[in-house]
Amino acid sequence: MLSLPALKEDITVSVVAGAQLTAAERRPLEPVGRHFLQHATRTLRNHTWSEFEKIQAAENVQAVDGAGAADPDELLFDTELADETLLEHDARDWKTADLYAAMGLSQLRYRATDVQIVKAHRKQVVKYHPDKQSAAGAAENDAFFKIIQKAFETLTDRTKRMQYDSCDFVADVEPPVGKPGAAGYDFFEAWAPVFASEARFSKKQPVPELGDDSADQKTVEAFYGFWHRFDSWRTFEFLDEDVPDDSSNRDHKRYIERKNKAARDKKKTADNARLVKLVERAMNEDPRIRRFKEEAKKLKEQKKWDREAGARAEAAAKEAAEREAAEKAALEAEQAAAAKMDKKKLKEAAKAAKKKNKRALRNAGKDNEYFGDAAADHDAVDAQIALIVDTLSDDQLAETVAAVKQDAKQALQTAAKNAVDTKQLTAALVSYFI
Amino acid sequence: MSTPVIGIAFGNTSSSIAYINLKNDVDVIANPDGERAIPSVLSYVGEDEYHGGQALQQLVRNSKNTIINFRDFIGVPFSKCDVSRCEGGAPAVEIDGKVGFVISRGEGVEEKLTVDEVVSRHLNRLKLAAEDYVGQTIKDTVLTVPTDFTVEQKSALKAAASEVGLNIVQFINEPSSALLAHLEQFSINKDANVVVADFGGVRSDAAVIAIRSGVFTILATTHDYKLGGDRLDTELIEYFAKEFQKKTQTNPRKNARSLAKLRANAILTKKTLSNATTATISIDSLADGYDYHASINRMRYELTANKVFAQFSNFIESAIEKAGLDKLDIDAVLLAGGVSFTPKLTSILEAFLPESVEIFGPQNKNASNNPNELNASGAALQARLVADYDEDELKEALQPVVINTMHLQKAIGLLNADGEFVPVFLPQTSYPIQKKLTIKQATGDLLIGVYEGESYIEEKTIEPPAKEEGEDDEDSEEWSDDEPEVVREKHYKTTAKLMELGVKAVEKGLEIVFNINREGQFRVSARDLKTGAVVKGQL
Repeated sequence: MLSLPALKEDITVSVVAGAQLTAAERRPLEPVGRHFLQHATRTLRNHTWSEFEKIQAAENVQAVDGAGAADPDELLFDTELADETLLEHDARDWKTADLYAAMGLSQLRYRATDVQIVKAHRKQVVKYHPDKQSAAGAAENDAFFKIIQKAFETLTDRTKRMQYDSCDFVADVEPPVGKPGAAGYDFFEAWAPVFASEARFSKKQPVPELGDDSADQKTVEAFYGFWHRFDSWRTFEFLDEDVPDDSSNRDHKRYIERKNKAARDKKKTADNARLVKLVERAMNEDPRIRRFKEEAKKLKEQKKWDREAGARAEAAAKEAAEREAAEKAALEAEQAAAAKMDKKKLKEAAKAAKKKNKRALRNAGKDNEYFGDAAADHDAVDAQIALIVDTLSDDQLAETVAAVKQDAKQALQTAAKNAVDTKQLTAALVSYFI
Repeated sequence: MSTPVIGIAFGNTSSSIAYINLKNDVDVIANPDGERAIPSVLSYVGEDEYHGGQALQQLVRNSKNTIINFRDFIGVPFSKCDVSRCEGGAPAVEIDGKVGFVISRGEGVEEKLTVDEVVSRHLNRLKLAAEDYVGQTIKDTVLTVPTDFTVEQKSALKAAASEVGLNIVQFINEPSSALLAHLEQFSINKDANVVVADFGGVRSDAAVIAIRSGVFTILATTHDYKLGGDRLDTELIEYFAKEFQKKTQTNPRKNARSLAKLRANAILTKKTLSNATTATISIDSLADGYDYHASINRMRYELTANKVFAQFSNFIESAIEKAGLDKLDIDAVLLAGGVSFTPKLTSILEAFLPESVEIFGPQNKNASNNPNELNASGAALQARLVADYDEDELKEALQPVVINTMHLQKAIGLLNADGEFVPVFLPQTSYPIQKKLTIKQATGDLLIGVYEGESYIEEKTIEPPAKEEGEDDEDSEEWSDDEPEVVREKHYKTTAKLMELGVKAVEKGLEIVFNINREGQFRVSARDLKTGAVVKGQL
């Protein structure tokens, strides 16, 4: 330890005049470590030493305060024993005791983390250790302490805790009673905790949440889809009857084992059935599902209407087209009839004209007094004219008739010559005109 | 930063990675093969890439495609590189003026890799190993580099790291990193001068570091690019080769594969000898079908490699000399790097340095640290510290204006009741600085005499025939009684009086504050702890 020399002269402060530090040298520091970073902060912020010390002290106080503040875990523990009857519980029947309540974790239950269990156990031990109890003058009864120890043993072992959690019926949330709606309970408020509590048994995590009224159809369907395919790890080993030691009676032991297994399977089946029923009921009550169904129905109707609208339009169009076609057909028929009539008339007229022309031609000999040739055989001339007339086409007929009016003999001669030229008649037959 | 920042120590021979886990402990990360000191080796067989220990095994069968000792080549032109250290593996060739390697990947397929690419791949494998271990993607890292790495080398490293998505937040010097990691475990509360000696696989570095109020200043560094653990291997190989030759008339040194086999096994034997006093070496079909089995004890090994060990101690001595210090000015030697495991290294240093010097190494009972992991651990600690800073803040803190500070050249201290000089600020203390001295039992009227002082070495020769030896290198105690014992002691003497403060009627306790501000102004103030009366003096 440093000791200072005694003061011999009366000095308060005597600085040696002109004294100076030996010239310093500029060197780089190594920019590593906490102390360097503190130096950097001081240099950059221009803190004086006293300021810096104040800041450091404030930080230290904060750190200490932070450490001293209540552990957030502890706030979740029970302040006093949740179930007073536990104190009188027989330690041999520890399986029937509420182990979470004994640990002071009745609020957290299956949600308690391993760290929280250790902390809670320590707290309970400090409070309920038999030595502590007897020192406080309480009756010598370490039953509750034994239960705490059993609880700790059970809850810190992964498998044992799973088995206990499976049969922790206190943590189960019963589904609501009655009917949802204005008079009954609010669907979401009542069912969300039920699903949250059931979700703890899911092998698949995370489990989708129930959500609220605004959830879309896909989410809701995914939610119920998950619960319909729910894969549960829940086991009922914890409720098994104690299997006796096989030294006395092996058959009895096996019998008990078989019985336990059967009971477990039965319980498991019942539990699965219960869950299926529960999900079914929730689904039936879910206002969202109802809404989606209604929406779907409406949509279907709308679609049907839409679909039929097309067919309707088509039918109307078809009808109109048919009507139009019929009208058109009628008109056409009428026109055709009219045209037919006209044609007939024309034909008849042409026929009549032809007849008239033929008659005029046949009578040409007589009319023209046989061309002034009295000597000619009248009947033979007429016969020859008749032969010529038969060879003439309609047009030639009309021409010939017109020509006959000019010069009958000449016209008939031309016609006869034509007929002979075209070899319709022989010259002998119309000898008169050749 | 949400993702953890890891520390990477990237060495020529091996690399390691570390991070600070949730429990605030340093975790040195093992790669999937369980190696914490991951060999910096990459090897290629056809399409496959091997890394670490698996790649190292390829050195025997597939040496032409196995890249070793590449770290120092990054960012250095080919002409300036000593590529002879790659002899055991893939030969280094020149590619675009840089060092590169030509690797065959399957039949007739050749791949040309520059050293930058090799470093990228190596860092990527380290990053993957860290991500595997931490379970989060890693983006930021603090990387350690030797003190003689140039700016170009650092920027080349940074570019290589960014190729694989690693952002190097800060480069820190290897010795500082090692010291930081050591002090985290075994803190030294007083100011000290420490030699950090890093004996690596192929090179050695030493730095003399002054710790002043927790801040490090490097006083001197030395590097030896030829000295390293492989020199010990070479000595052992030579020893075994000679013995083998004597037995079988076959020279195993002629055959590259025999040599590689011998080297791999010699390294194992060397490592065994660090823990046990005897070790065996057995190699099937070493050369010409002859097997080789032999055992060697530690003494034999130490004698064989005596020359190399002497170089190690000379190397440390040269570092101390370069810093302008005496061996007595050194408070401790911190050993890092794989060679530190060798017990002989510690014992030779203990013999050669005064007793006041502590040797921190794996063979020292006070230090349980792992010299292979020191650099990475220090980097991880620094990473944890800088993780709280954002980029700009860190950039500001690393400005030259912050880093380059003035350092005192002479000690400043007080005179005690016996008139002896007691240093408060040792030489090489950087300022601004403030130090508080509390003397609890001080009473009465007291004089505070503030002086500048310096140390000197006093040599006393005890025991008969006084034979002047000058600066004796050996601690004489080990030697026989006949020789004169030269005791060297370090003392301080005052060189200049600065000021005197008189405090009167101190009842109980006195607090003296020494302060030097940024401008170099020196102040001393003494405060009576009971009455609160203050006396101040200022230069």
